[in-house]
Amino acid sequence: MRKEILELLETDSKLTPYQIATMLGMDKSKVEKEIETMEEEGIILQYSTLINWEKVGNEQVSALIDVKVIPQRGVGFDDIAERIYRFPEVRSVMLMSGSYDLSVEVTGRNIKEVAQFVAQKLATLEHVQSTVTHFVLKRYKQHGVILDKKEKDRRQVISP
Amino acid sequence: MNVKKANRISPLVKNLPPSGIRKFFDLVANTKGVISLGVGEPDFVTPWHIREACFYSLEQGYTMYTSNWGLPELRKEISKFLYERYGLGYNPENEIVVTVGASEAVDLALRTIIMPGDEVIIPEPTYVSYKPCAVLAGAEPVTVQTSYENEFKLKEEDLNEKINSRTKALILCYPNNPTGAIMEKEDLEGIARIAVQNDLIVISDEIYSELTYKGSHVSIASFPGMRERTIVINGFSKAWAMTGWRIGFAAGPRDIIEEMVKIHQYTILCAPVMGQMAALEALKNGSEEVEKMVTQYNQRRRFVVSKLREMGLECFEPKGAFYVFPSIKSTGMSSEEFAEELLKKEKVAVVPGSAFGRSGEGHIRISYAASLKNLTKALDRMANFLDSLNKNIVDRVMEN
Repeated sequence: MRKEILELLETDSKLTPYQIATMLGMDKSKVEKEIETMEEEGIILQYSTLINWEKVGNEQVSALIDVKVIPQRGVGFDDIAERIYRFPEVRSVMLMSGSYDLSVEVTGRNIKEVAQFVAQKLATLEHVQSTVTHFVLKRYKQHGVILDKKEKDRRQVISP
Repeated sequence: MNVKKANRISPLVKNLPPSGIRKFFDLVANTKGVISLGVGEPDFVTPWHIREACFYSLEQGYTMYTSNWGLPELRKEISKFLYERYGLGYNPENEIVVTVGASEAVDLALRTIIMPGDEVIIPEPTYVSYKPCAVLAGAEPVTVQTSYENEFKLKEEDLNEKINSRTKALILCYPNNPTGAIMEKEDLEGIARIAVQNDLIVISDEIYSELTYKGSHVSIASFPGMRERTIVINGFSKAWAMTGWRIGFAAGPRDIIEEMVKIHQYTILCAPVMGQMAALEALKNGSEEVEKMVTQYNQRRRFVVSKLREMGLECFEPKGAFYVFPSIKSTGMSSEEFAEELLKKEKVAVVPGSAFGRSGEGHIRISYAASLKNLTKALDRMANFLDSLNKNIVDRVMEN
């Protein structure tokens, strides 16, 4: 039941418990309660909106930064990850397998701002060995959604 | 000159009525800003991996004729599919033919078995093609009405009434277009018995079989004595969202399928190879995508039924396909009036039930092969429409 509710909410957080209950053939009050419990348990964290900022003319830039760190005894990568994700400029932090350790997404008003953040805040952190910054040039697909959909409804308006 | 011209068209064709939805199509096409719930095909585009397999096949040079029967690998996969999903066993060598959509298979089946004067029983409301195809094959179509009260299932007693010495075949289409009705095991048992008793051939169009939301689809071919007299027709259009590819198939006893292949070979030669390659990929790796689409259809189905009931329309629970077939009798309008007014006033297109036969009158067909967003919008508009109708009635009563 949880999985089905979550899958619906993940694609459309505007759905009401009543709509979800109808679509899943469940009881409205049960769905309501389940959602509430999942909010309390930290399974549902936020009801957000996926926005194509490019279309708004927003000049914000983002960069993905590969960060190599020296893990610390006892806390491993968690401690340094926390020091990084506390910066409001940081949108996401993930621990990676492969040639670097942390993948950090940073946004700023312009390239200079992001570059400065990396140079002054990120690279200077204790235990950070190196950083490689990749600026995002264009987003095609995000959270499973194609941003500039080319496929339109090409069906005949009425068919048997 | 004029005399000659008058004779140019065969009366058989001349007398075929134009499709009941044609007129309505023009009306909808000429109205702007319409949300159409009148579309009889998936709103999904064919899953990417299937399209991609088609590109690859073209790169590899698959541009030739295939065997008249269809690609052997595809027939093998079809045989496996029919066995795994419905417990039906057909030899891919000589009991399965790949056709240009399920539509061609219906035509082939009829032309193969019909002799002039034979009667073919067709339950109504019905998909629009069966009657014309039967007529073109030289048969006399005999309709048997199904009703809202029976959830549009074919009832034994109604079928029995229509059978006589000339009855040759019965066409079944469950899950049903336009009603969304399904025939469950206990519903089919009696029908199968009648078919055996009266030596009928059953043409079972199961194109919506994978879109069954309560229990699982049962094929009439799986009943005792039915395999030898059933032509199972299915295809890729609905479940895999592949309408435009035009790939379907027929499976049945060897003696019938072999004769069907003769007509197919002389008229079509073979189904297009690109479509066949795509269909092969669909069967091999497509089940996950099908499952996702079916889940969405099912959610929309529940949503639409509950909305329609909320606005006061009587509506039985359709358990298959992607149609809801509510009654609009409470409005006092005919289905055609209702559909036209709804289009004019609220710009929502539905298909009048009367387009599918006499017992479709008093109903409309709503397709939920549309995004949830569009369904919500269209159903809100429809609720508005019904409200204004009710208001009119109240006003009129007050005036009197």
